[in-house]
Amino acid sequence: MDEPPISPGFKSKRAQQNPGNRVPPGQHVTTDFPILSAGPTPQIKVADWKLALQLGGRLLRVWSWDEFEALPQTTIKADIHCVTTWSKLDTTWQGVTFDDLIKAVGLSEPPEPYVMAHCDGGYTTNIPIADLVGGKSMIATRFDGLPIAPAHGGPARLLVPHLYFWKSGKWVRRIRFMPKDERGFWESRGYHNYGDPWKEQRYDGD
Amino acid sequence: MTATDALPSTRRLEWQFAEVRDVLVETYRVKTVLLEPAHPLGHRPGQHVDVRLTADDGYQAQRSYSISSAPEDKLLSLTVERVADGEVSPYLVDVLRVGDRLQLRGPIGGHFVWTSDTHQPLCLIAGGAGVTPLMAMLRHRDKGRRLAPALLIYSARSLADVIYRDELDAMARRDESLSVIYALTREQPKDWSGHRGRIDKTLLAMACSPASRMPAIYVCGPTSFVESVSGFLVELGFDALRIKTERFGPSG
Repeated sequence: MDEPPISPGFKSKRAQQNPGNRVPPGQHVTTDFPILSAGPTPQIKVADWKLALQLGGRLLRVWSWDEFEALPQTTIKADIHCVTTWSKLDTTWQGVTFDDLIKAVGLSEPPEPYVMAHCDGGYTTNIPIADLVGGKSMIATRFDGLPIAPAHGGPARLLVPHLYFWKSGKWVRRIRFMPKDERGFWESRGYHNYGDPWKEQRYDGD
Repeated sequence: MTATDALPSTRRLEWQFAEVRDVLVETYRVKTVLLEPAHPLGHRPGQHVDVRLTADDGYQAQRSYSISSAPEDKLLSLTVERVADGEVSPYLVDVLRVGDRLQLRGPIGGHFVWTSDTHQPLCLIAGGAGVTPLMAMLRHRDKGRRLAPALLIYSARSLADVIYRDELDAMARRDESLSVIYALTREQPKDWSGHRGRIDKTLLAMACSPASRMPAIYVCGPTSFVESVSGFLVELGFDALRIKTERFGPSG
């Protein structure tokens, strides 16, 4: 399209828009932690919580909360970027990396190139394996040192901070390996299949 | 192979120009901007658009706004509440004039949508400016065949904060199958016979179609509002999968 129309008198209100070039295009920094979910917040007791890793028709492993908590714990400090244009810098998460989950089921490498994360409330999101391994993602159980609040995805959520934050599915319960990519919940409702904030892949076709 | 080429992509939602045709004062801090986009959007009620403003130094900011007009309406309307320390909303509410142009793209969102070809009872629950996407649904419903009963429970601080009040009241007067209930949380007129205080479990139990009739439920408002209302609904036995929510964050 042609040059964008100038809105006379419109100007930036934020003193420092992009400290250290850490804010992707079209994003702005927020200091609070907005919540966006497609439905009610599930209230999940850790006593009832289980996480499963699925390959084809079989469950490779099902962890109870206590078993999951006994896995190696890692801390990730990262900036997160929501497709609704807020970014939050320097968030600290603790949990189990995807690499450690793979190791825990006795695999030396992921068996398929894609996964679908299945969450309570019917939410799903698809992610290529390459974006999960190498310390890039975790199943997080703590935010800023405290248990993750239910509204923010507690007791456990996926954390894939280098992709738009809808990929970091809240209330994750099952991770299914897939030989071929399939679209998850938002990905089949107009949102981008991959969601790289630095390429502004917000919506389908971006 | 990368993830982006694994699946066929549809056409990109391009930014386009839209011209301001009218600006309506809704309340002391809310206005409706009526826009004529260069290309009609063909939205479904409940969807939103991204709006982008450009400053003379090239600085750009974009925000999402729910569409408040029905798909059948000639102009696209966005109802915007001024966020006190916001960047985009004060400009849209206080500065934007008829004839100005801005950029938008959409429609966006395929979950929080409702069209009148569904038969279940419709239950809409709004907190403050969260009424805007629900208004698109009611306006759409008002123009079509009214098959199923509909209810709007609308929580606002005071009567002066109620957006679309005249239109909602007129709609409810001419349509027996529509009820509109206002819940005024902070300030009520002396003779107020409606609900006082926040929407509670009792009000929801009394007003909503019973869970057995499987109403389609849409809840939109600030995060704390949506959390409490959707929590009550689940406790009352409504199917969590039939409760669609949209939370308005402070995005300015």
